[in-house]
Amino acid sequence: MTPRTLYEKIWDAHVVERRTDGTCLIYIDRHLVHEVTSPQAFEGLRAAGRLVRRPDLTLAVADHNLPTTARIDARGRRLPIADPAGAEQLAALEANVAEFGVPYIQATAPEQGIVHVVGPEQGFTLPGTTVVCGDSHTAAHGALGALAFGIGTSEVEHVLATQTLLLKPSRTLEVRADGGLGFGVSAKDVALAVIGRLGAAGGTGHVIEYRGDAFAAMSVEGRLTVANMSIEAGARSGLFAPDEKTFAYLQGRPMAPAGAAWDAAVERWRELRTDEDAPFDRSVRIDAATIAPSVTWGTSPEDVVPITGVVPDPDDFADPAKREAARAALAYMGLSPGERLQDVGVEHVFIGSCTNSRIEDLRDAARVVRGRRLDPRIKQALVVPGSGLVKRQAEAERLDRVFAEAGFEWREPGCSMCLAMNPDKVPPGERCASTSNRNFVGRQGPGARTHLLSPAMAAAAAVTGRPADVRELL
Amino acid sequence: MTPVRTVHGRAYPLGRANVDTDVIIGAAHLKTTGRAGLGVHAFETIRRGPGNVFADPAFAGAPILIAGDNFGCGSSREHAAWALADMGVQAVIAPSFSDIFAGNAFKNGLVAVVLPQPVVDRLLEVAREQPIGVDLETMTVTTPFQDRFAFAMDPFRRECLMGGLDEIALTLASAAAIDAYERRTGT
Ligand code: SF4
Repeated sequence: MTPRTLYEKIWDAHVVERRTDGTCLIYIDRHLVHEVTSPQAFEGLRAAGRLVRRPDLTLAVADHNLPTTARIDARGRRLPIADPAGAEQLAALEANVAEFGVPYIQATAPEQGIVHVVGPEQGFTLPGTTVVCGDSHTAAHGALGALAFGIGTSEVEHVLATQTLLLKPSRTLEVRADGGLGFGVSAKDVALAVIGRLGAAGGTGHVIEYRGDAFAAMSVEGRLTVANMSIEAGARSGLFAPDEKTFAYLQGRPMAPAGAAWDAAVERWRELRTDEDAPFDRSVRIDAATIAPSVTWGTSPEDVVPITGVVPDPDDFADPAKREAARAALAYMGLSPGERLQDVGVEHVFIGSCTNSRIEDLRDAARVVRGRRLDPRIKQALVVPGSGLVKRQAEAERLDRVFAEAGFEWREPGCSMCLAMNPDKVPPGERCASTSNRNFVGRQGPGARTHLLSPAMAAAAAVTGRPADVRELL
Repeated sequence: MTPVRTVHGRAYPLGRANVDTDVIIGAAHLKTTGRAGLGVHAFETIRRGPGNVFADPAFAGAPILIAGDNFGCGSSREHAAWALADMGVQAVIAPSFSDIFAGNAFKNGLVAVVLPQPVVDRLLEVAREQPIGVDLETMTVTTPFQDRFAFAMDPFRRECLMGGLDEIALTLASAAAIDAYERRTGT
């Protein structure tokens, strides 16, 4: 048999029908649904008189819109959502899941959280499965060896109705990082380095497989961060071959197989790896030792420099389009060429989002924050756990106290300040050190200026009032 | 879906690269449970700037948009395609599109035409003064100056666009194959 990559193995195992032009009807094993990209899909089903084919393979949870302030009052009653449009979307989701029989994690349940935190945490995401969600950061689930990608609302409707998608195979892109990570360097810095290297469109049309000992050494949570940001390099999915760490992470999760089924599953999952000699369409190598704690300066995640770096000069870009983009980015960000990133003051800090809101992220940030206080220039600093379970775990470890004593706000789980859709926003012209995944114009609020960085670096920014070199604080 | 065979008219010469979905339609406008009415909010951050193509009356209601590389990158929000459609845009021409946006566009009858940067540059120049034509039948983009640029398109997508076909209905015709897959794999 010809050697195949991990991607090709998962793809082949899910082909329902192959068309003559190479398009395949691909079976979808897992479908995550949230409140923002699903109402029109359910509406479409209703209008056509269609049902959800496999509610048992579907899981709904609200996250994008949901305010991260208290959800229940002292007597345990659910508090209303102030924003009428947000409240309506949540109500629509609740009505839709009830009507179509889709399993739903209540907004007030301890398991509620960001779709991409909840899927792995519940064991809904499993190695070798196909996972989709109407959200581009679905790529995150690839950390567990699932072929996972974001879809639009028409595709959400298509999956609800048919449990399949009509897809063309992607090209394969190996991103290999060997060597150990330097002191103070996190998975987020690796993700930013990969995007910086590939460019924001470099992975378009490709599925990335992360290989090499630097990725093998990464925890599952770190891999979730890296896979999550695959889309920021244009790749719809990013894959890690499942290994013992993956199995240890999944064992005992509520929706993961148990008992004999678990043993059988692990045996199958061990086969999920790229064959030796399997060719990739493209390969990129990164020397892990050269990656530094990093921060973005512009309005695309590819605009990244080491924390010791300076804002680049647009004139230094060879490509005229890049030059123009850099100029616009600097104007938007209120930065000048040559300025040291460490001299740029920030007013907001956001620790959260599906990229960096798991327990390890909060531990990393707390390590830096412990015994320190927010810099007086910081107007608001939020810690938003990725799920209720992460929140409880952090509280059991008293991390909430560490943050609160430093002056951070400790919130309820949700997307929060990642996308400016709920009340958590960065005001116009103000600057935020953020562990989220996008620094696009207006992403964290109209006129908001975002600097992406790791949880430890965000913590460092919070206690110094500027992007700081976390290595000096550890 | 309404079948689309040709799109002809003025084209917004936007041109810039990496126009992300947050720029096409800001998150503040995603709190809708319908598909209509998003057009007025499209490109809000660009519209706020001086001298932009969306404020220029010459392009009001233009059915075509010409952009740079990686158009529609970022989020999976189909609202971006709905907003364009709601503005009256029926075709977007760019050197490349994000994968998710291209899929969303097509599913809403919006024609995404990929042409190399030099051709796009030429079209941007023409579009400032003249209309542009996109023809799915002949798979060409034409200008009043006898330019004729051939583009490639996935045959299935082309067929769906030209026939106004409902993809879900097409897939449901394969229900037996889906049943068989579920039986075979024990899903
Ligand atoms: S945290 Fe941000 S990127 Fe992640 S699912 Fe929510 S909005 Fe999307």
